[in-house]
Amino acid sequence: MKRQKVLALYLANSALDSTVVGWSLFDGTGETRRMAGDEDLPPYPTGLHALRDGWRLIQASPLLPHARGEEFDLAYLKYEFLFEQIVETRE
Amino acid sequence: MNDLHLLSAEAMASFAARGFLRFDAAVPEDLNRQFLEEMGDIDPPRPGQKMRRTYGEMLARAGVPQTPAGVPLVQAYPEGSALNRLLDLPLVAGAIRSLVGEDPVFDHHFLHVTFPPAYHEASGGENISQHYHQDSTIDPRRAFDIQIMYYPHTVTRDMGGTRFLPGSHLRKVSEAAIARYQNIRGQQHMVCEGGTLLFLHSGIWHGGGVNVSDRTRTMFKVRINPSRSQVRQFDVSTLKPQDAQRPIFYLKGALPPSVEQILMTPEPWHENDTGRLELLNRVKLWRYLTGDPDYDADYWATRIENLADA
Repeated sequence: MKRQKVLALYLANSALDSTVVGWSLFDGTGETRRMAGDEDLPPYPTGLHALRDGWRLIQASPLLPHARGEEFDLAYLKYEFLFEQIVETRE
Repeated sequence: MNDLHLLSAEAMASFAARGFLRFDAAVPEDLNRQFLEEMGDIDPPRPGQKMRRTYGEMLARAGVPQTPAGVPLVQAYPEGSALNRLLDLPLVAGAIRSLVGEDPVFDHHFLHVTFPPAYHEASGGENISQHYHQDSTIDPRRAFDIQIMYYPHTVTRDMGGTRFLPGSHLRKVSEAAIARYQNIRGQQHMVCEGGTLLFLHSGIWHGGGVNVSDRTRTMFKVRINPSRSQVRQFDVSTLKPQDAQRPIFYLKGALPPSVEQILMTPEPWHENDTGRLELLNRVKLWRYLTGDPDYDADYWATRIENLADA
């Protein structure tokens, strides 16, 4: 049976080889239960390191122009990269 | 309130930059004891009892008044109660005055308790940390509320102290929309002595930790609104005049300590480009707090406000 692990990395800029500033891991195998605040050091120094470790990139944040009058408004982390691993599990 | 201990310009700048001020073991032990006695004991875990019921019974029993939102803060707690005495401490009263000005208003309060694994096992629920969130809802103001978090007893790392992200207060997000972020560089976890106070800008991203110890962890939070000006309420006698902009980028050594140094210190989670916007937004907040519409640090605002010969 196959299960998915999803890794979200938030990087310092739009390049996949830039520094990880935030991260989340959701483990569909049930082997681990990750949660908010459970790790203070990132699993990889950059997004490229995650690729080298076998994670497949499935989505990256688009680069959007800045609306006039809202150029300095900040909200969510800007450079989100979603990765997956498909893992074979026992029934 | 008497003998106000107003915040210095440096402390105020640190709050503007990072969105929090922490005062370790600032509350006297007798007051911590009084508070915990007024809160009462928490029942041991009961098999099959849901956490919601355990929490509800605890809130009903605790000696915290059910206070209407919007009343003057001075009317929120009975004279002589632990919370009344807490707000009257010179350090607390001075910080409140510095941050939200005269005649502050009570918004709401809550008794936050994280329970050890035995409670979750008894209830059949999962023992997990709280997602990152920003309290209330999208808040587009330059004005801000404060939240005081009071830790009346020692909090160890395994007791699930509050997690928060320094410098996140100027991001305009919608409550738990940030829950996807499990961990962010530079996040802090409250591990502290009894009587520690954490003053937060209302925009700070935070969440309760997971308690894997064998005892409950109690934290009391009160949110306070300004009703008058927030401008120049801190100890402005400590505010040094800014004669000129500092040299930027090309530096031959470290610059001396200053308000600008505090405001221009980035956080480990800052993205390359938006980190600069964070600095600019701090400048705008400092203009608001000091009533100086021309203030700048490290030329970030001056450069883009230069309209040439328009």
